[in-house]
This record gives sequence, C-alpha cells and structure tokens, in this order.
Amino acid sequence: MSTVPSDSKYAKSHEWVRVSGEAGTVGITDHAQHELTDIVFVELPAVGRTVKAGEACAVVESVKTASDIYSPVSGEIIEVNPAVVDNPALVNTEPHTGGWLFKLKLSAPAELDALLAPAAYEKQIAG
Amino acid sequence: MLKRTALYTAHQKLGGKLIEFGGWEMPVQYTSITDEHLAVRQAAGVFDISHMGEVTVSGPGAEAFLNGLLTNDIRKLAPGEGQYTLMCHERGGVIDDLYAYKLSEGVYLLIINASRIEPDVAWMKAQAAKTPGDFTLTDASHQYAAIAVQGPRVKEFIDAVIPGASSSAMRVNAVTELKKNQIGGFKFENHSVLVSRTGYTGEDGFEIVGSDESITHLWDKVLAVGQPFGIKPAGLGARDTLRTEVCYPLYGHELDENTTPIEAGVGFFVALDKGEFNGRSVLAEQKATGVKKRLVAFKMTDKSAPPRPQYPIWVNGASVGVVVSGTQSPSLGIGIGLGYIPAGTAKAGDAIEIEIRGKRYAAVIVPKPIFKKS
Repeated sequence: MSTVPSDSKYAKSHEWVRVSGEAGTVGITDHAQHELTDIVFVELPAVGRTVKAGEACAVVESVKTASDIYSPVSGEIIEVNPAVVDNPALVNTEPHTGGWLFKLKLSAPAELDALLAPAAYEKQIAG
Repeated sequence: MLKRTALYTAHQKLGGKLIEFGGWEMPVQYTSITDEHLAVRQAAGVFDISHMGEVTVSGPGAEAFLNGLLTNDIRKLAPGEGQYTLMCHERGGVIDDLYAYKLSEGVYLLIINASRIEPDVAWMKAQAAKTPGDFTLTDASHQYAAIAVQGPRVKEFIDAVIPGASSSAMRVNAVTELKKNQIGGFKFENHSVLVSRTGYTGEDGFEIVGSDESITHLWDKVLAVGQPFGIKPAGLGARDTLRTEVCYPLYGHELDENTTPIEAGVGFFVALDKGEFNGRSVLAEQKATGVKKRLVAFKMTDKSAPPRPQYPIWVNGASVGVVVSGTQSPSLGIGIGLGYIPAGTAKAGDAIEIEIRGKRYAAVIVPKPIFKKS
C-alpha cells in the first residue's frame, strides 16, 4: 500500500507538490517510485528556469526506463535537491521527504486547485 | 489479445509486473530488476521462458537440411548435444539466432525466439519445400512450456528438484552430470522433461522444456527446493541486464535481417568450411575482406544517465553509430551498452561518447564480455 501524505497535492502523472508560502516542493509519489523501482539516475532542471504546469522538466531513470517528470505547477526553479543526484535511490526510500526533486516559486498559485487532493489521488492509484 | 504462458497465474500470485514482449504477456520483474539480477549472479533465479518457440526436425534427411539452413556445423553434434547457431537469408542477414539440439540420430530440436516464431517457421517451411530428402518439420511451440534456472548455486539443488538418471540418448546419472550444452530427457513426477545445461545469463544453469502441466509443477518445486539457496523468480528485466553484461545478442537489438553474424561479432558460430548454406557467400566475403559496421561493447566513464537503445555514438567528434542495447549494469553500478559503429573507427580501449538527450558523455570501448566474474 502506497503512502499518500495529506500535506501535498497531486498530479495525475504521479508528482506531488507541497506548498509553503510562495514556494512549492516537488517530488514523485510513493506509488510512482514503487512502479519504477531501482531508480539509478535523476536529472534535474537548472535553477532559474521557468516552467509551466505540465511541462517535462526532470528525468528519473530506473534500470529499465527513463521517465519524464512534469512540474505540477508553473513557476521559477529556485532550488534542486543535490542529494538525489548523488544518491538516486533516495527517491525510492524517501519519495515524499528526502527524495524531493526541486523547489519552485509559484507564478500561478490558482493552479493548485486543479490538482488532486490526497483522497482523490489515492482513489486514482487504487483504480 | 496477448498470449499467456502456463505460468501466468504463478506470475500473478508472485506479484509479477506484466508487460508485452513479442506478443506475450510476460513478467518484467517481481520485486526489482537489480535484486533479481544479483540473485542470479550470486545464488539462483528462475525465469519463465515458455514464450520461446520449439521446432522439431526429424528424419534421415534432417541433418543435411539443417546444415543448409543454419550457420553452425550441425554434424559436430553427438546425440544429447546442442549448439548456438544462426539462421540467415541469402544476403547473410539474420532471420533468427537459436539453439539446435540433437536429441538422437535424426531427431533435432530448435529453440527459437518468441518474437520470431512466425517468420522463422515460414522461412523454414519455404526452405524445406526446396530441399530434397526425407525429413519432417514441426512447429511444436504451442505444445511446450519452459523455464530457465540460472545461477552459481543451482547445481546444489537441481538434482533434488529433478531426481534420477536420464532416460534419453544422453546417458547421465543426474541432471548435474550434464556438461555445458548437453541435453537429456528426465522423468519429473510422471512427466518427461528435457533438461539442457544452457542459459542466457552468463551463469551456470539449466533450461527445462516440458508440457504446461509439468512446467507449472516444476516452477513451484524449483522455488520451494531452491528457497534455502536464495532463489528468486526473475523477470525479463533481469534477463535483459544479465545478457547485456555478458554481451549475448538479443534479436531485434544486436541482430536483425539487415545485420550479419560477422558484423554482430558471432562469426565463431558460422562454419564456412561445412559446405553450402544460406548466406554463405556473403559471410565468407565479409570474413575475408572485412565488414562495414561492427558491434562494440562500451562502459560509461562519465557519470550519466544509463545509455539506451537508439542513442547516438560519437567517435572523434562525429556521430557515427547507434546504441542497440544499453542499461545500468546492476553488477558494475555503471552504464553499459552495445552498439554499432563503422568498422575501423574505434577499438577496445578507445574513448567514445554517447549522446543522451542532446548532451555527450564519455564512454570507453571494452572487450566483450563487459562483465566477467573474477
């Protein structure tokens, strides 16, 4: 059973975003890491890059496949997580905490309303 | 509708993640590719290989027919022996790579790739129609299931799984008395199964062919008896990383109808001295005068994403080739791969670059196999 923390909002494409003030932290969900397994490489966007909601801006690679990661919200990348670049397995072991991917300064916070609440995401992955 | 093997229910019960492969619904992994890969390298793993095809050729004319059809010299096989071989068309391109076993005088079993059963059988039938001699060719792919039990500890428990002596042309007192590439018929419960000491992982191990019923029982027994030895069910993901580390070709990647065995580096299995066979003149010329493209193995030396099929290969600042197999090596912890480059552009030890999402990363050409146990 996958963990779906209640403090985040979710994209259908299995990213989470946790908002604090005007900054959002983004990662992939426990369900997503479980599906991918064995994450061996993470490629993160450049700090300062502006991304739109739904834009592919990171890549997470398992032994078998490369998966694009889409930003759930629009904004400017303000920080990336060097720990997952050094130790990609962190995305498997701590997908919602230490395995976060990037932080961005939200440019359109209203987009959060279009994302899934935890219960709705839980329903999606159950089905 | 995808085809399912006799072990489909077993895969579901074990939590296997199922994907499409060559028209079949097969497990890509149960827990993780890395775990399953390392289990096979260090202990044991069991794979469902029921999707692979089986063709029998029998009769007094079988040997001559097969020697004209396949690249290796089938006359070198004694009853109970098998060999890796290839089937080429007239221009030397590979229709399939396969294992040919001589079960007894005039009785041969060919194990072919799942994705190639239809083109192979059509080609074989067309060739058979042009070949005089008394022999019968039968596509028995639907009659058999099969598993591969692979890893250094398999020999410690396989005799307890299939006890007793063989009952075939190859006379041995126990399964573990089979030597590499030998095949024997054994009794398992009340079924007849064929056991060969072969595999696709670079480890010691056995491949076992039998009826759906015998193989489903055998799967359960292998997992139960092998459990104290660390056996794990292993999926196609681990099968692919294991074979890539030891540079065994996979049809559709290293081999296809526009690639010859010489280009693919498997010329050792082309017996030019045995007389006429399909593709011989082209292959003889390539062996004598050289090839235009050549399969090379490489390791990443830069920290990078794993190389993947279709990524460009750069040599001396020019994009000259393409990756055909690539992955993160679970044994080595680095990116590895196989790819084609023009012959003469680079050799083992030379630096090359792999282009990954528009950026080039350093790699080095290495001798095959990429991974060898110390």
